[in-house]
Parts: sequence; C-alpha cells; structure tokens
Amino acid sequence: MKALLIAESRQGKLLTGSYETLAFARQVGAEVTMFLVGSESDLPKFDGRLYLADYNEVGEYNPEEHLRLLLEVINKEKPQLVILSHSSYGWDLAPRIALALQAGQISEVVDFQGASMVVPACNAKLQRVVQTQKELTVITLQAGAFSLADDPSGVPTVEKLAVQVASKMEFIGYEEPEAGGVDLSKAEVIVSAGRGIGKPENLAMIESLAKALGGEYGASRPVVDSGWAEHNRQVGSTGQMVSPKLYVACGISGAIQHMAGMKKSEFIVAINTDRDAPIGEVADVLVVADLKQFLPALTTRLEG
Amino acid sequence: MKILICIKQVPDMESRFKINAAGTWYSDQDLAWRMNEYDEFAVEQAVKLREQLGEAEVVVLSVGPDKVKETMKKALAMGADRGVHIHDEASYEKDSFQIASAIAAYAGEQGFDAIFTGMQSQDRGSAQVGVLLAGLLGLPAVTTIVDFVCDGKTATVKRELEGGLKAVVKLPLPALFTCQLGLNTPRYPTLPNIMKAKKKELVSLPIADLHTAEAMTTTNLIRLPAKRGAGLILEGDISQLTEQLVAILKDKTAVLK
Repeated sequence: MKALLIAESRQGKLLTGSYETLAFARQVGAEVTMFLVGSESDLPKFDGRLYLADYNEVGEYNPEEHLRLLLEVINKEKPQLVILSHSSYGWDLAPRIALALQAGQISEVVDFQGASMVVPACNAKLQRVVQTQKELTVITLQAGAFSLADDPSGVPTVEKLAVQVASKMEFIGYEEPEAGGVDLSKAEVIVSAGRGIGKPENLAMIESLAKALGGEYGASRPVVDSGWAEHNRQVGSTGQMVSPKLYVACGISGAIQHMAGMKKSEFIVAINTDRDAPIGEVADVLVVADLKQFLPALTTRLEG
Repeated sequence: MKILICIKQVPDMESRFKINAAGTWYSDQDLAWRMNEYDEFAVEQAVKLREQLGEAEVVVLSVGPDKVKETMKKALAMGADRGVHIHDEASYEKDSFQIASAIAAYAGEQGFDAIFTGMQSQDRGSAQVGVLLAGLLGLPAVTTIVDFVCDGKTATVKRELEGGLKAVVKLPLPALFTCQLGLNTPRYPTLPNIMKAKKKELVSLPIADLHTAEAMTTTNLIRLPAKRGAGLILEGDISQLTEQLVAILKDKTAVLK
C-alpha cells in the first residue's frame, strides 16, 4: 500500500506532529512519500521522497494552493491512503482533498483494524469502526494517538514543486497568544477546573487546593470560554500541553481536546460525580464525589 | 443579504449511551436532545450579522427526524427568521458527504451570501460537513473561526490554530464559516421570543427530493471503548476519601512529603 503523508509547518518551522503520520504509516506497513509546504532548512527526517513547496512562495496556509499542489502530487504518486494530523491544518484541508478526488474521509483516527479505522464518537464515550467505499482514503489522526518508537532520522529526497498563488483568501497575519501570566508547562502540580465546578465563585476552591499542593491552577476550555479563567490557564490542544508530576482534574468530564493536553502527566487524579466520565480513562485515581464537599475537606487536610 | 445556518440536534453528552439494535450507532432511547454546542455559536453569529446589517434574512436548516424541529425552534427563538427542515428519519446512517450533498441540493439554488455551521458535531465529530458543503457550492470556507468581522461584502476572521495562536484571514462573500467555541456569547431565547418563534415558518422537505449521493464511508460498528482498567475508583464518605487520597498521593507521587 502507498501512503502520502502530509507534513505541516508554520512560518517555515516543521511541526513535530507531522511524525505521527509517519508512525501510523509504519504501523500499517505502508510505503511512504511525504508532502510539505515548508522550508528547506527544516525538513522532516526520514528516508524517502519529499515533495516540497517553498513556504516563502506559498505564504502561510492557503487552502486553495495547498490543495492544488497536493492534487498534483496525488496524481503522480497514486496513493491509496492520504494521512494528515487532525489539527487546524488537517481538518481544514482533508475534506477538500476528499471532495476533489471523491475519496472517503475518516476523521480523528485513534486506532485501526485491518482496513477499518477506529474513531471516537460522543466525546470518546463511544468508538466507531469505519471503512471507506473508495479506492482512495483520506484520514486525519488524533494528536498523540500514534508516535514513533525512535527519534526520527533519515534524509529525504527532495522534489520541488512549482508554486502559483492566486487565492480568494488573503492571509493577514498571526495573532500570538497573550504573553505573560502563568506558564503551566513548568508547574509540578496542576489542579484544573472544568464545567463541573458549576459557577465562577467555585474557582476559589480550585485555587486553594492548588496552593495547598504547591502548584498552579488550570482550566478546561468551557471554563475559559465562559470567562471564569484566563486563556493562559487553559489546558488542552488549543491551550497548553502539560505533563506535571500531579494533575488533579476537578469536574472535568474529559473532552478529547483536554485529555490530549494532560494525559502525559505522571499521576492523574480525577474528581467527578460521574463514575463513567471519560476522564476516568486516563486517571490513576477517580474520586467519585461532590467537589463542593470534597475539595474543601482535602484542602483543609493538606494544610493541617 | 441571505444567511444560512446549518445546525444539528445531538444528545446531551453527559448521557449514558447505549448501542442500537443494529450495533452501528447509539440508541436514541432515553436521551435528552439539544442543539450541537458549536452550532449555537453559528446561530448567534448569523443573528448578530443580521442585526448589524439591518437588511438580511437568516434561514436555519437541519437534517434529521421530526424531533430536530424542536432544536430548530430554539434557533428561531434566538432570532433566525425561518426554518428549513430536511426530513430524514435515517440521517444518523448517512455520512458527512451525503449530509453535505443534501444541504447543497437545497442551498445551491438559494444564493446565500454567508453560511455558518459548527466546526464539528459533538456526536460524530467528523468536522467535514461544513467544508464539503462549501466545496459543493463552490464557495471558499474558513474553519474554526473565533472572531468574525464583516462589512457586508468582505469578512475578516480569526482562525484558531494550536496553542492559542490565531490566523487572521480576509475573504470576500459569499463564503462559509465553521464556528469554534468561544466565537461569541450565544444568547438565551427569551420567553416572548420563544412565543414568537412558534409562528415563524418551518417547512419540511423530504430528503428523497434532495439527496442522491452515495456514501463514501460506512460505519461497521459502534462500541464502548475498552476500559483501561488501571485506574482506581474511590467512593464513599468524604473524610474517608480524603484520607485515602492523601495516602495514595504520599505513596505514588513526590509532591507530598
């Protein structure tokens, strides 16, 4: 089987998630070719053919030109499988490829069974086993679901692609996250609040416990979106990726995006009223209790 | 100006899911249904745009069984002008391409200037329908927007990327936008608006009149994820739980002395 891997770069810098496509391809035993709009000075390390379009010419992500370049490569290589990360790049580009080639697309793959793919449903409370009806399959991989056993190595054979840019969409610029504030990635202990805290006043319980444990407090996306906590406190794929010694998830059901950001923590405690909450999948200990009773009791015990 | 919002009715994600008889989707019994969370932001953005421009019509569309009309009424109560229900009792069996094709068959003749969808559904989570719909209609699409500014002719939007980074993109209408959480603050329908919504037009079109596409993918089965089983579950009296957890933290982590 031939697979085309779509690597990803931003401002000419290769994103390491690109190697997850290589990890998947190796697991399924596919012969690989890679595609990248990026820089010659930061190429993916692997032995094989790399189709490269210079990001200086293409500019930052432009779906029309990326698609045009890709169709050219797919036409030439005739892969059976096109693999992307399930990232802001991958989920934007993948359906465009699938539609252009009448291919079947399977999103956010976490595992495979033969030619069938396993994907989450209902916030990972269920799994769907899916297969395509077409000769070409486009898949996106959940962040962190597949990783290389060893550090990437090798030197690709680069084949450069000619760029032509004409697009309805104009890239204006990037907006960086607000600087300053807390750097959660350096905290040894993180106590995070989820929607289950119920109201903003209850964030004080989370802060107190974090303080008692000598750590910082974090939050899930809904808590940040509600304006109860600053964005720099957000843990998850759209916030910070963290791996503290201890992570305490309070009232966090365990959205995939949140778990992607904290599941590498050394020890995970979840406190939730729902013993079936998906966060239980990654927790070392799940305490089934009401936060409003349990957190103050725990904080008092730790301070005592 | 004509604005389209595509919404989906989904179960409350806190539900305890059971598998249906065919083993290919969740059972629709004993579930509470609501509007897909991402779509609430799409509805709000469309209504805000209408309020800003003055002259515009907002159409809300949903594909599904009869009960999705309940969720459509919420969108009407939030301010959409009329509803188009594509009636399909078996919509859960259709893949993203088939759903997008059915919507495109309706929307293709309507000349919408702006289309808003959620970036994904909470149940299937494929994040495909919006982009496919735009492609079928020949419109540009921007996914995962967290900010939207429009003068009626062009839109300047922010796409959410990873790690808090955003990309600012400008494009002319007509165009499609898939909405991310946090784009705006979806309004709660007020009682007078809920009453008004009951009188708004809500037509049902049979999917057979629109839908002709073959599926690109099929679901072989749906299942509960295998429990990893490594985790310890503690239940019971609060003071006992506290002691148990403190003992575990002392034993297993270096953070408590």
